Amino acid sequence: MNIGSYSLLVAKPAGNLGWWPRAATGVIIVAVLWWAAQGSQVSFGELAKGLPWIGDFLARMFPPNWAFLNKLVVPAIETVQIAIWGTLFAFILALPVCFLAARNLTPNMVVFHAMRQVFNVTRGINEIILALIFVAAVGLGPFPGVLALAVHGAGMLGKFFSESIEEIDQGPIEALRSTGAGPIQIIVFGVLPQVITAWIAVLLYRFETNLRQATVLGMVGAGGIGFELVGSMKLFQYQDTATCILVIIVMVMAADYISTKLRAAIQKGAR
Amino acid sequence: MIKIRGLTKRYGEFEALKGVDLDVAPGEFLVVLGPSGAGKSTLLRCINRLAEPTRGDIHIDGQLATSDAASLRKLRRQVAMIFQHYNVVPRLSVQKNVLTGRLGAVPSLLSWLQIFPRKDIEIARECLRRVELEEKAELRTDTLSGGQKQRVGIARALAQQPKIILADEPVASLDPKTSRTVLQYLKQASRELGISVVCNLHQIEYAREFGERIVGVSAGRVVFEGGPAELTDDVLHRIYPGLEQGETPASSPAPRDVPAAVVHNFSLEDA
Repeated sequence: MNIGSYSLLVAKPAGNLGWWPRAATGVIIVAVLWWAAQGSQVSFGELAKGLPWIGDFLARMFPPNWAFLNKLVVPAIETVQIAIWGTLFAFILALPVCFLAARNLTPNMVVFHAMRQVFNVTRGINEIILALIFVAAVGLGPFPGVLALAVHGAGMLGKFFSESIEEIDQGPIEALRSTGAGPIQIIVFGVLPQVITAWIAVLLYRFETNLRQATVLGMVGAGGIGFELVGSMKLFQYQDTATCILVIIVMVMAADYISTKLRAAIQKGAR
Repeated sequence: MIKIRGLTKRYGEFEALKGVDLDVAPGEFLVVLGPSGAGKSTLLRCINRLAEPTRGDIHIDGQLATSDAASLRKLRRQVAMIFQHYNVVPRLSVQKNVLTGRLGAVPSLLSWLQIFPRKDIEIARECLRRVELEEKAELRTDTLSGGQKQRVGIARALAQQPKIILADEPVASLDPKTSRTVLQYLKQASRELGISVVCNLHQIEYAREFGERIVGVSAGRVVFEGGPAELTDDVLHRIYPGLEQGETPASSPAPRDVPAAVVHNFSLEDA
């Protein structure tokens, strides 16, 4: 199709139905979007009406209350502590199971599918929901946060761990088997050396994610800096809220930077 | 040392081995010669039960081989294997790769913690000395060349202090000069230590040069058994049914060179 000195270049659809299938697809997409907009009450009019309020809210946050920083030191450190133990427990939970959930090491397919489902279920439940459950079970404080991160993280780590086991070179495993090595020896000498860098990278990434999640766990009473964030909003101390958000941003950026650097260093590979 | 009777192995509908009988004497260097897909690998893998035979008996050192876990480990401790793709663990040091040959003999729990008896470390070092890689002991194995990796593979096999070594196309991925060196190390070790070697090859040239006895395998059957001198054109035709007249050693006045050309064809097919 020519438009002045320009040409529209679109490949002709394959098949003898011409443009009809594409037109139908377009109609379906529009219909689904309209239907979803009805349900979620997407309204640009409402957004436009709300803009002044958002502006007002941001104005109240400014300038951040730097004096509040003093009170945030302890919760911020607590957040890091929650993330560390959440990651470690997740690792400990995932480690024994991931070998059973790898197609090439699992003793049989029933165990394989069962373990994969365990990972799917734990990974499928959001940390906040898990935190609510654990807060109810063990009471307010950072420990239910640790447990929530551990359970959700175990699902994610287990899935990644077992997938990286499935990608390894089978040759060395076979060689070790032929020396008469036992199953754990095969894992220690044949599997772990091949997956260790991938695992450390995933662990660091998980720690980063956990830190981000730990900042919001406080909203449901599971400790850390999120508790201060929600508290300041409930008291309409928006300048304190701004300080909290800034601290969270700095923490997440620092974790991201450090974990990226560490992963790069590990990829270069020490023994 | 090895006594095989009526060995049959079926993969689904495909019969890889069709009733193979074979005897291997103590200390003998036996070459199994045949084209790709003839069943050579399957034969070796049935001997150390990396593949489970469909039918037939295998006696090793007078003992009927069975598949229960305990006797399997015992069997595999006596039978070492060398692989076409070396199957060394790339991230482990050369020394540790050789030590994995001792895994069947050392205390399991200590080996998980990377603790080895000093006498086993000495055995590993001695094996490295045999393949003249002692000065590379501390290096990571993935820094070595192909020929060196295969020498590590040989050292690992020797470290098992086996009665039998199964070598599955040990030089198929190496250039001719390196191939000779590698086969020489293997043959020398077998002669000095009195280890029986069953070595799969598809290169007629090397079979003549290194085999004390040659077994020709074609389409899952043993079609020839005899010394290198008995490996005539007629026999080669039986082992390699596809050989064309122009390529036969008979048409050439220099019989040593033409098999090399034949070899070339087959190794291309293999690659």
